[in-house]
Amino acid sequence: MLTQAEWAVILLSLKVSLVAVGFTLPIAFGLAWLLARARFHGKLLLDAFVHLPLVIPPVVTGWLLLIAFGRTGPVGRFLEATLGLTLMFRWTGAALAAAVMALPLMVRAMRLSIEAVDIRLEQAARTLGASPLRAFLTITLPLSLPGIVAGAVLGFARSIGEFGATISFVSNIPGETQTLPLAIYAALQIPGGGAAVTRLALVSVMLSLVALIASELIVRRRRDARTYHVL
Amino acid sequence: MSFEIHVEKRLGDRHIALNHASDSRLIALFGPSGAGKSSILNMVAGATLFDSTDGTDVPPEHRHVGYIFQDARLFPHKRVRANLLYGHDLTRQDQRWLTLEEICAFLGIAHLLERWPQNLSGGEAQRVAIGRALLAAPRLLLMVEPLSSLDAARREEILAVIERIRDELRVPIVYVTHDRSEIERLDGELVKVEA
Repeated sequence: MLTQAEWAVILLSLKVSLVAVGFTLPIAFGLAWLLARARFHGKLLLDAFVHLPLVIPPVVTGWLLLIAFGRTGPVGRFLEATLGLTLMFRWTGAALAAAVMALPLMVRAMRLSIEAVDIRLEQAARTLGASPLRAFLTITLPLSLPGIVAGAVLGFARSIGEFGATISFVSNIPGETQTLPLAIYAALQIPGGGAAVTRLALVSVMLSLVALIASELIVRRRRDARTYHVL
Repeated sequence: MSFEIHVEKRLGDRHIALNHASDSRLIALFGPSGAGKSSILNMVAGATLFDSTDGTDVPPEHRHVGYIFQDARLFPHKRVRANLLYGHDLTRQDQRWLTLEEICAFLGIAHLLERWPQNLSGGEAQRVAIGRALLAAPRLLLMVEPLSSLDAARREEILAVIERIRDELRVPIVYVTHDRSEIERLDGELVKVEA
């Protein structure tokens, strides 16, 4: 049913999204914790900055990534010099673009789940002899785990669908940066590509649907899930 | 059995202080809402509990002060057994003075060990909370309106438990309440906290 090239596109999409989510997970969790629990100056600014990729045109995000991570960009030059890592026009760059676009959604889900944990439970743990770190690891982390997993799945679904930032940062190179949406876009440009578009679009819808339902089921497994429904 | 409490802090333009030495095993802080009862308890239990600017530098986990809250505050993701052992496992072996078996017999909660906190009644949850605090080997117990979320029959049950902690385990107790009859019942030394 699917051609070999189409399978390659799907596998590349999965690889890009998994790397993007894996890379973003600890960052998103740290940001979510900061926004949920820490008190500091500039919190509002950080909050706004994290959410920026959600509201600015993805093409602009891609262009900003190009400026920062391109061959001549400050971060891009540094990565190339120290790690020999090139992001521009590579699948790793596609993963970075997907990661940046997925970050706000992941932070949101995780932040809500951390906020839903009663801080007084941590206080109770402290009076029982737990250090702040232990209270966090034994109380807050396990209680917010469903939200963390849901955030990761949601980020994965968002990464699968990422288009604008990817195409402007790493272009549309078959076999390297051509993920599902980019392949659909390419197929749309070709006369007679309708059948391929249909097949790839179906796969894309299926993947996102499965991810969303999985995320919602994970959240519902918690008895007192109130505030962070995905659906 | 005696204890001394000396705490003070400034909250805006208010000054809250308690200097009290006592020979009784249970002192009761009594006073209207907003008089500073909770502030005093928080100073005793550990600054970082509610306000990190209290100016003391002993974190709550090093104070060995047991805190019984109004609501039981059991950990919802742990069974009763794991709740009870939470503080016990964090206490140094040579400082422990109660075992899980002893506390279960003392509080009559052995049959609850495998239950989840959600499936406990108010009185059961409060007994488990008291057991959890005692297993962490406290040198002092703070109780903040521990009866307020219970019906009359359960109140009687918890009052009896508190009396036995006072008399049999001989742990000094600082008790906070709005209800004078509880203090009389517990034969507590009344300490009035005024705004």
